[in-house]
Amino acid sequence: MKAWNKIKSWPLLLPIIALILVMTVNIIHDAATGVNPMSFFAISLRETTTNGTILYGRIIDIINRGSEVAILAIGMTLVVSASAGTDISVGSVMSLCASFMCMNLAGYGVSSTTTLAKPLVVGLLAAVLMGVVCGAFNGTLVAHLSIQPMVATLILYSAARAIGLLLCNDLIVYVRNPSFAFIGAFLGPIPTPIFITAFCIIIVSIVLKKTALGMYIQSVGINAKASRIAGLNSKLLIFLAYTLCGAFAAIAGIVASSRITSADSNNIGLYLEMDAILSVALGGNSLGGGKFNLAGSIIGAYTIQAITTTLYALGVSSIQAPVYKAIIVIIIVVIEAPPFKAYIRKFAASRAAAKGVKA
Amino acid sequence: MEENVVLTARGISMTFPGVKALDNVDFTLRKGEIHALMGENGAGKSTLIKCLTGINDFEEGEIRIDGIDGPVRNHSTRDAQNKGISTVYQEVNLCPNLSVAENLFIGREPLTKLHTIDRKSYNKRSMKIMDDLGISVDVTQNLENYSLAIQQMVAIARAVDMDCKVLILDEPTSSLDDEEVEKLFNLMRRLKEKGVGIIFVTHFLEQVYAVCDRITVLRNGKYVGEYPIAELPRVKLVAAMMGKDLDDLAEIKKEEKDYSKEPMEIAAKGLSHAGTIKPFDLNIHKGEVVGIGGLLGSGRSELARCIYGADKAQTGSLDVDGKQVKINQPIDAMNKGMGMLPDDRKAEGIIADLSVRENIILALQAKRGMFKQLSRAQQEEIADRYIDLINIKTSSKDTLVKQLSGGNQQKVILARWLATDPDFLILDEPTRGIDVGTKSEIQKLIVKLASEGKSVLFISSEIEEMLRTCSRMVIMRDGQKVGEIDHDLSQEGVMKAIAGGES
Amino acid sequence: MNNKFKAMKSFNSNTILLIITIVLFVVLYAGGCIAYGAKGFTHFQTFLNILITNAGLICVACGMTCVMLTGGIDISVGALIAMDCMMLAVGMSKGIGAIPMVLLVLVVGVIFGAVQGFLVGYLEIQPFIVSMAGMFFCRGMTAVICTDQVSITEKINATFYKWANSKVTIPFGGYVNNKGKYMAPYVRPGVIVALLVLVVIFIMLRYTKFGRSLYAVGGSAQSAAMMGLNVKKIKMGAYMLSSILCSIGGVCYCLNTMAGSVTQALGLEMDAISSAVIGGTLLTGGVGNVIGSFFGVLINGTISSIVKTNGKLASSWPNILTAALLFVFIVIQSIFAALRARRK
Repeated sequence: MKAWNKIKSWPLLLPIIALILVMTVNIIHDAATGVNPMSFFAISLRETTTNGTILYGRIIDIINRGSEVAILAIGMTLVVSASAGTDISVGSVMSLCASFMCMNLAGYGVSSTTTLAKPLVVGLLAAVLMGVVCGAFNGTLVAHLSIQPMVATLILYSAARAIGLLLCNDLIVYVRNPSFAFIGAFLGPIPTPIFITAFCIIIVSIVLKKTALGMYIQSVGINAKASRIAGLNSKLLIFLAYTLCGAFAAIAGIVASSRITSADSNNIGLYLEMDAILSVALGGNSLGGGKFNLAGSIIGAYTIQAITTTLYALGVSSIQAPVYKAIIVIIIVVIEAPPFKAYIRKFAASRAAAKGVKA
Repeated sequence: MEENVVLTARGISMTFPGVKALDNVDFTLRKGEIHALMGENGAGKSTLIKCLTGINDFEEGEIRIDGIDGPVRNHSTRDAQNKGISTVYQEVNLCPNLSVAENLFIGREPLTKLHTIDRKSYNKRSMKIMDDLGISVDVTQNLENYSLAIQQMVAIARAVDMDCKVLILDEPTSSLDDEEVEKLFNLMRRLKEKGVGIIFVTHFLEQVYAVCDRITVLRNGKYVGEYPIAELPRVKLVAAMMGKDLDDLAEIKKEEKDYSKEPMEIAAKGLSHAGTIKPFDLNIHKGEVVGIGGLLGSGRSELARCIYGADKAQTGSLDVDGKQVKINQPIDAMNKGMGMLPDDRKAEGIIADLSVRENIILALQAKRGMFKQLSRAQQEEIADRYIDLINIKTSSKDTLVKQLSGGNQQKVILARWLATDPDFLILDEPTRGIDVGTKSEIQKLIVKLASEGKSVLFISSEIEEMLRTCSRMVIMRDGQKVGEIDHDLSQEGVMKAIAGGES
Repeated sequence: MNNKFKAMKSFNSNTILLIITIVLFVVLYAGGCIAYGAKGFTHFQTFLNILITNAGLICVACGMTCVMLTGGIDISVGALIAMDCMMLAVGMSKGIGAIPMVLLVLVVGVIFGAVQGFLVGYLEIQPFIVSMAGMFFCRGMTAVICTDQVSITEKINATFYKWANSKVTIPFGGYVNNKGKYMAPYVRPGVIVALLVLVVIFIMLRYTKFGRSLYAVGGSAQSAAMMGLNVKKIKMGAYMLSSILCSIGGVCYCLNTMAGSVTQALGLEMDAISSAVIGGTLLTGGVGNVIGSFFGVLINGTISSIVKTNGKLASSWPNILTAALLFVFIVIQSIFAALRARRK
C-alpha cells in the first residue's frame, strides 16, 4: 500500500503512462495492419541524396519533430510555475521571430534567396532578440501591470503573426542556403534539432541546479506576496520567466523556419501554443502555478509529438488533429480539477462504506 | 424540539487537513435571544458558523431547526437562507459593482408582469429599508462608493429584510464606529422582540455584556459551556476562553532595564504611506522590545510594513544603525539586517507548497542572491538546527509546510528570519491563531532575542503579551502614532491610551 | 456631501471608457470621411456596410460581453463560427433545408456551450483553457466535416441564397451615383438579426434576474454565492448564452460568406474580445455593457473599412491595429484598477 502511494505521488507517472499508452496504440495499429508490431521502435540507417547517411525510424522522427514543442515546453513550464497562467503567444512569437530572421537573412522585400544578405549569426541573434522583446512585452504586462497572463499574451497571439507578415512584405520569404538549412537538417546521421533541444535542456538544467532560480520561481508562483516579504523580487522573476519563454519561442522558431527554409508566417508554430501548454499539463505540472517538474514537461512534449505522429499514422490529417488534442487536454484538466477529485473521493468513500456495511 | 428553541446543533465535528477544527460541539439558540459565541482565535467559532450556513460540510453531529422535521444539512448559503438562517460576515460579502438596492435584493428581485426586474419597486423598498435603519444613502449608487461601515450596514439590512428566524452576525462591528454600533444594537434588540434568534460573534467584551442574553464558549474546537450572561462575569469568561494554561505565561517577565543609553538600531523620521499610515517618528534601541498597541485597523501593521518596505515609505527618512538608508522593497530592508513576520500567515508568510527546509532557508537564500545557492547539505544543516532550536514539530524537514499546524507554520517563518541573523525583527501578530503553549514559547523567544542584543518590534492584539515582553509601547489610533508609554506599563493604562478621548 | 462626491468620481471611472470608445469611433469615422470622402466613405451606405460585414461579430461580441461580465473569457467563438458555416454549407449541399440546418446549428451551439459551461462552472477549470480546447476542437471538427472549401450557391439552397441576397432598404440617406441613379441605402437580414440580439441582450442584462446575476458573479463570485446565487449555474448559463449567440452570429456570418472553410473566421475571437474591452467591459468582470461592445465592433469595422478603402495598406494592418487598441485599453483598465485599489 505504501509502495502504491509512492508510485501514485511520483511526478512522472502521468507523462509516462501517457507515453506507454501512445506506444501501445501504435503497436496495436501496426499489428492490425499487418506490419511488424515492433516497427515502432525500429531504427535503421538510410542513404539519402541530400543528407548522406541518416538515422531513420519512427522514434527518431518523433524526437526530431518534437524538438520545437520540447523547447517551447521549457519556457512554458517556467511561465506556468511563476505566474499561474500560460503564455498563449508562443506559436505566434515563433512565427514572428522566424519572419524577422528571414527578413534579415534575405533582405527586406526579397522573396527568395540562396545567398545570405547578412551573416547567419546576425539572423539568429535577431530572432532571439525579437523573442526576448516579445517575452519582455508579455512579462511587463503580467508582472508590472498585473494583467491576467492569458489576456496579456492574447495581444501578441493575434498581432505577432500579422507583424511578421508585415516584416516580410506579405510574402513567404525563402532562404535556400545550406548553412541556414543545416539547423533543421542533419548533423552526421542525427537530426540537428535534436542537438539544439538537448543543448537547451542541458543549459536550463544546469541553471536550475546551480542557482536558486528554480526555488525562486516556484516560491513566487506559490505565493508572490509572501515571497516578496521574504526578500524575492516577485515582479522581476515573473518578468524573467516570460522573457525566457520568449527567447525559447525564438529558438523554436529558428528550428521550425530552418526545416522549411522559409518564413511562412501563417503556418510556423500554428497551434503549437496548445501543444506546449498540453506538454506542461501532461508533465504533471499544475496549471495553477507553483511547483514544477521540467523533466515531466519534456517527456510530456515528446508524448504530444508521439500522439501527433500516431494520429497521422492513423490517417488523421494535420488540420483534423486538434480535435483529438483538445479532447486530451480536457481529459487531463478534468482529472486535475479539484471538484472532480473531490467527487471521486466522495464516490470512493461511499463505495468503501457500502462494502463495509456488506462485510 | 424543546419549546422556544429555534436551532440546535449537537455533537458537531469537523476536520480540516491536519486539524480537528470542531470536536463534538453543542449549541442551542432560543427564540428572541441574543446569544454570544465566544472563543479565542482558532477556537472554532467561524467553523461552527460555516457549518450552520452550509459552507462547511461537517462530518458528525446533527443540526435541527424549528419548524423542520428531522436533522438539517445545508449545502449552500442559499439552502440555509431558505431555512431561515441569514448571515452577516466579518468581511463584507456583497458585490461592490452593484447598487445598494441591488445588493439588498439580488436573488429575490421583485418582478414585473413581463418577468423583468421591477427596478422602481425595489429602489423604493430599498430606500424604505435603509430609512428605517436610519442610514442615509442613495440606494441607486454602486456599493463600492460607500465606506466599509455603510457596506456592513447594507449587509445587515439585507439579512434582516429576509424574514430570518436565525440571524448570525460574525464580527459585524469590527468596522463600525460607536454610533453605528449603537444603531446596530438597537436594531438587534428590535429583532429580538420580534422573536428572531441572533448569534453574535465579537471580540469586544463590552459589546457582549451590552446586548447579549447568553454566552456559549468554545476553546480549541471544543465546547466549554453555555452560560446565562448574569452567571458569567468577565473574568470568568476570559478564563473560560483561555483555559488554564495562563500560569505558564505569567512566568515570562522581562527584566527592567533602561535602554535609552543603548545605541540606536532604528530611527524613523516622518515615514508615511498614503492611505495607510500618517507620518510618524520612531526610535528603537539595540536590545529593546517595543510593542505597538492599537485596535485592528489602527495602522499598527502598516507602521511596521512602512519601515520594512513592504509598503514603500513615501515621505521621511530612516536610519538603521546610525546610517541613513533608502528602502524600496523588502530585500533592501533585509540587507540592512531587518526581518518581518507578517500578520497574515497564509497570505504573506508561508510558501504552502514548499517544504519546511525550503521555507526556512528562503530568506537567507534571497539575501545571498540567486547565484550563490546554498548547497543541499548547508540547507539541511540550517533546517535541522532551527527545527531543534525552536522545537518545530514536523515529521521531516522535507514535509510540505502546509501540512503543519498553524503554530508550527508560524515557527517555520520565525526560523526563516532567525536563519538570516537579523538585528531588527518585526513580529506582526506572531501568536495569532496558535495554541497557548506555542504562544508562550514565542514570547520566551522574543525575550531571549532581546537579551542577545537584537531589537524587536512586537505587534499583538493581546495586550498582556506585550506587557510581558515589551519595555516600551507605541500607541496607534486611526492610522496615526498618537503616543508612547515607556514606564508603568499596565493593561489599564495601555487600554486608555488606545481608546483615547479626554477621560 | 462627501459620499456624493465619491459617487460622482466612480461614475466617471465606470463610464469614462464608454465615452472614450464613442469619441474614438466618431473621430475614426470622421477621419475616414475626410481622408477618403472622394472614395465614397461619406455615404450612409459605407456605415451600413460596416454593419453588414460585422453582423455576425455583433452577435458574438454580445455573447462575449456576457461571459466577460462573469470574469471569464470564451476564445472558442471564431472556431465555432467556422464549424457552424461548414455545417451549414455541407448540410445544405447534402440537400437538407435551410431552416432545419439553422436549427441544427443552434442546437449544436447550445450543446457546445453547455459542455464548456459545465467545465468552467461546475468543474472550476480555467475558462481560458476550456475555451482554448473548445477552439481547437471546433477548428479540427470543421476539418473533420470537410477539408475543402464548400460554397453555398443558389442551386444548392435557394432559400438560404434568397436570405443572403435580400435587401432591407432604408427610406433615407441615399445618394445619386455618377450615372445619375438614386441608390437607396440598404442592410441585409443579418443586420436586423444582429440588432435584435443587441436589444434583447441589453434588456436581459439590465432588467432580468439572470442578467443582474452575471454582474454579481463578476463583481465577487464568493459574495454572490453567499447571497444565495447559484454561481455554478450562472457561469454555465453565460457560456451557453455565448455559444448560442455565437451560433446565431455564425448564421449571419455564413449569409455574408456563403461558404464553409477551415480557415474561416480565423482570429474572430480576438475581434470580439477587443470589441468588448474597447467598449468598456472589464476583463476582471462585473463591469460592462453591450452598447459599449457594439461601438467596439464599429471601431474595428471602421479600421478594416479604412484599410480596405485605402487599398494600398497591407492586409495585416487591421489585425495589428486591433491588437494595439486592445493593448491600449487593457493598460488603461489596469491603471484604473490600480487607482481604485489605491483609493481604498
